[in-house]
Amino acid sequence: MDLLATIVVDGLIYAGWLFIVSLGLTLVFGVLNILNIAHGSLYAIGAYASASLVGAYFAVGGDAFPYGSYAALILAAVLVAVVLGPLLERGLLRYFYGRDEVLNVLVTYAVFLILEDVMKLIWGVNPYFVYEPYTLLGDVEIGPLFYVGYDFAVIAAAIVVGLAVWLTLNRTQIGKVVLAVIHDAEMSQTMGVNVQRIYLGAFTAGAFLAALGGALTAPMISVTPGLGANVIIVAFAVVIIGGLGSVPGAAIGALMVGISRAASVHLLPEAELFIVYFVMAIVLMFRPEGLFAKTKARKI
Amino acid sequence: MRYILFLYAAIAFVVLAAGSIILPDWAMFLFAMALAKGLVCLGIVAMMRGGVVSFGQGLYYCIGAYTATLAANLWGVSDIFALTLFSSVVCLIVGMIFGPMLATYRGIFFAMLTLALSMVLYGTLSKMSVIGGSDGLNIGSPTFLGWAPEGRDLQTALYIYVVAIVVITGTLMRIYFDSEQGLITLATRDNELRVEYLGASVRKVMAYNYTFAAVLGGLGGTIAVVALGHVDPEFAFWTTSGEFVFVAILAGYMSVPAVFVAAIILEVVRSFSNLYFPNTWQLSLGIFLLIVIVTLPNGLGSLLSRRKGGKT
Repeated sequence: MDLLATIVVDGLIYAGWLFIVSLGLTLVFGVLNILNIAHGSLYAIGAYASASLVGAYFAVGGDAFPYGSYAALILAAVLVAVVLGPLLERGLLRYFYGRDEVLNVLVTYAVFLILEDVMKLIWGVNPYFVYEPYTLLGDVEIGPLFYVGYDFAVIAAAIVVGLAVWLTLNRTQIGKVVLAVIHDAEMSQTMGVNVQRIYLGAFTAGAFLAALGGALTAPMISVTPGLGANVIIVAFAVVIIGGLGSVPGAAIGALMVGISRAASVHLLPEAELFIVYFVMAIVLMFRPEGLFAKTKARKI
Repeated sequence: MRYILFLYAAIAFVVLAAGSIILPDWAMFLFAMALAKGLVCLGIVAMMRGGVVSFGQGLYYCIGAYTATLAANLWGVSDIFALTLFSSVVCLIVGMIFGPMLATYRGIFFAMLTLALSMVLYGTLSKMSVIGGSDGLNIGSPTFLGWAPEGRDLQTALYIYVVAIVVITGTLMRIYFDSEQGLITLATRDNELRVEYLGASVRKVMAYNYTFAAVLGGLGGTIAVVALGHVDPEFAFWTTSGEFVFVAILAGYMSVPAVFVAAIILEVVRSFSNLYFPNTWQLSLGIFLLIVIVTLPNGLGSLLSRRKGGKT
């Protein structure tokens, strides 16, 4: 029983931040039809930026009000999104709309390579630690198990972010416009929608979610080079499992990946590194386009 | 027309083999590695002709390399012909298992499934301490039908061996590309449904392409591990596969020689940026890739090939 509880809680914690990152990925794919490998770099940059910003916060006397470091985390994600989102979308990706899907993956792969080195140039190769925000919220006791409160804050953040995105898409005017663009960009344009602006907004929002995922995980891990390469591939698995472009799909995918990974860590540690891909392969065998994908008519 | 192809192949062999006389050791090693990787990329190109791209060709690169290494370490096989044959057969079998399964997937789903398979192998190998875990394994110098060269002789022999394999497989793949099956592949790229309506089995073609690509990947992996003397699970990591796709895109799907030219260009760019910008070689590589995509969307092959490149 304890083991089951441990697996579920560990899985939820992992699923929490992973959901935030995957949501950004699936949003960008849904709107721009680009599977963004550089999403992993944005995640890593978010983690680095928050590490620097939180460090700076405590260096200028943040000890008096340590909770302010949470604001620093979120501010870091906002900064990354506001700077890099428009830069990548306006400066590069917009020239590739409507091109071959796989070619676009290659374009973002190039961006990923570039950003990997840019990160090393800015932050060096030594690991960064930001433990302060992690310890602030104390411990939570579940039965005989102790968890760090921050982990649950991340789960809560994931739920809030997920609901916010879902509500924005389905209950606001701007959300309806985005859905219209997803459905048919050309038709939306003829109806007077500024599609370019929707693209820019969606990409920046996606970048924010990636950076937010990075910023929220930074206190839980050591921030090192190569972080992005691992995260992006797991996030890919999540969105592929859930169906590309689907918000509930990203949630279910993140849960499946999180729980199966936690189960493997506790029951079969040898499988930890590949259980994610194993689950993805199984799902794709039975649902070739993911769990929540919309069926498309084949063009003759 | 076929004798012209054989003539080209013979010329290519002579020109490339002549390199063994003039090239310095480091360049010969670089070319051998580039050609080995080119073989893997040729496999990706074979699939690309049908409109699908594998992001997990590192799977076969890695299987080939590990099979050769294990055969050398466990059974003491050092003959390069035996090693090559053995790992290609293993890759052929694995390819024949996964090929038909993957043949119905397209686009991003095909890419992700192949990627998943290679990452499963990566994860498994990293955790298997019996065969070196994430440190990998070493393999000794190869012998050539009983001849055990050393130093420059070994380099030269290996180089010529790679060139021979490249020329032979390149020629075979060209013949395959121009065969009925190969042309159906090209038609599939344009419109799959029409090909089905015309009575050809797209699934069969895709499975064949995948299986050939698997063997090519195994060949490349075997040669790479023999040249390097070391294999580790990174061979199956997705960034390795990403580089293969990079070369395939750089080459385009129209020309076979373009694949090897592209592979050599990538190795040269990588070595030089490693040398001159040691901390930013990924950055240089990324910029180079962007330039290629912008300036040559159909790949180098569109320059070499006389056939007009249609729209992608």
